[in-house]
Amino acid sequence: MKIIDLHKAYGRFGVLKGVDLELKDRAITAVLGPNGSGKTTLIKCLLGMVIGQKGDILYHGEPVGRGWAYRSDIGYLPQIARFPENLKVKELVAMIRDIRNQPAETDALVALFGLDAFMNKPLRQLSGGTRQKVNILIAFMFDSPVYILDEPTVGLDPVALIRFKELLLAEKRKGKAILMTTHIVHLVEELADEVVFLLEGKVYFKGDVKALKELNKSESLEEAIAKILELEKHV
Amino acid sequence: MFKVFKYSFFDLVRSRWIYAYLLFFLLVTTGLVWSGSDLSRALISLMNILLILCPLIGTLFGALYYYNSREFIDLLLALPLPRRSIFLGKYLGLAISLSASFLLGIGLPMVVFGVFSSGLLTNFLTLLATGIFLTFIFTAIAFVVALKSENPIRGFGMAIFIWLFLSVIYDGILLVVMMYFESYPLDRFALIASLFNPVDLSRILIMLQLDISALMGYTGAVFRKFLGTGTGIAVAYSALACWIVVPVLLFIRCAGRKDF
Repeated sequence: MKIIDLHKAYGRFGVLKGVDLELKDRAITAVLGPNGSGKTTLIKCLLGMVIGQKGDILYHGEPVGRGWAYRSDIGYLPQIARFPENLKVKELVAMIRDIRNQPAETDALVALFGLDAFMNKPLRQLSGGTRQKVNILIAFMFDSPVYILDEPTVGLDPVALIRFKELLLAEKRKGKAILMTTHIVHLVEELADEVVFLLEGKVYFKGDVKALKELNKSESLEEAIAKILELEKHV
Repeated sequence: MFKVFKYSFFDLVRSRWIYAYLLFFLLVTTGLVWSGSDLSRALISLMNILLILCPLIGTLFGALYYYNSREFIDLLLALPLPRRSIFLGKYLGLAISLSASFLLGIGLPMVVFGVFSSGLLTNFLTLLATGIFLTFIFTAIAFVVALKSENPIRGFGMAIFIWLFLSVIYDGILLVVMMYFESYPLDRFALIASLFNPVDLSRILIMLQLDISALMGYTGAVFRKFLGTGTGIAVAYSALACWIVVPVLLFIRCAGRKDF
């Protein structure tokens, strides 16, 4: 999956100003950037929920345009887990399964995140962390070649976080292309094969973690990111 | 599209509001038939109720349902479904469940009280058809309005204003215009003006069917004079059908261009 020179503005306010990005198979790409730098908009463009003014999104070399069929190859985890509140977890899973009409594997994921006890509860009764687990379940239950994850670790407890990391690495080993946004630096350091730093709608940096540290001679990734943000404020 | 429709419909059928709507029509129809001696009178009273209520409930429910199912819509948008099927499915789910409530609410008591043997069956069916038309029209209008405005309060305001405009204000303006231009021939103008208001159209349609000259009003009389009863009914039905198709196309277009 590839993004070429993507532009998006809401009214006169430009959010994405020419973003180029490639999602490689068997790799985790982490998108970093301060709040409001366009991470979520970028992801929504990839899914066709937001339509860019200029530029293209290619999947297998074909521009997706306003098509929809390519979405059957994507597992998507939205930033804010918003579900129809009256449904039970089980019903929600069954519904998405029915609509996508693809083979799904839920048992292993349910066991991995200890969701068995919640399957018969309506979504409105779930805590933030549990909702996030349901969110993960829905994103990963289909064997999709591409995963797009918007802040996947929000609200997860340490155990779930470790399991989630294992899940991501396992999917990567299967050859999946994974894109995720996050603010958690050590997660990026541990997992990301490529880091993309978005700043005010442009790609400020692209490369691996080591290159980002070398960029401004920082000891840690945290420091490197802080330095970039400091620098921008002074300019 | 069918799957989206299926889930929306069954979600709505479980909601309390649909039953409240059904219960309301059950009570009103039973009350009307019971208190009045004659079925044709009850039909006229029902007409007056449905001309106000079907558009109002369609508008309110349409906007309410759209804003309430934003989460569901967001979820569906990320799935491999064309936007057209998502919104058409939601729309049909709502319009059909509302129509079913209306149909059962009016139909059950009427059947029990013997509408089949009364010779008023065609009139009764016309009444049902107009109610269903109005429901489909106003839920579609509400979807257009709700898709256009992110802010629910503004969306509701707009939707209610459109209902008020078509149910009350439009007639008022027409009346003022006719009084003002009294000395000119206004037949054609009145005829065309009534085509642009689905509530008026429905009223005319029922009047033509019931053939009550006293209640027909000016536009109804013009309709009959120019088109005759048969053609008049046909024209009214086609115009009502247009009133469904145009807003539906409009909200599909809006949905296709919107950022979520």
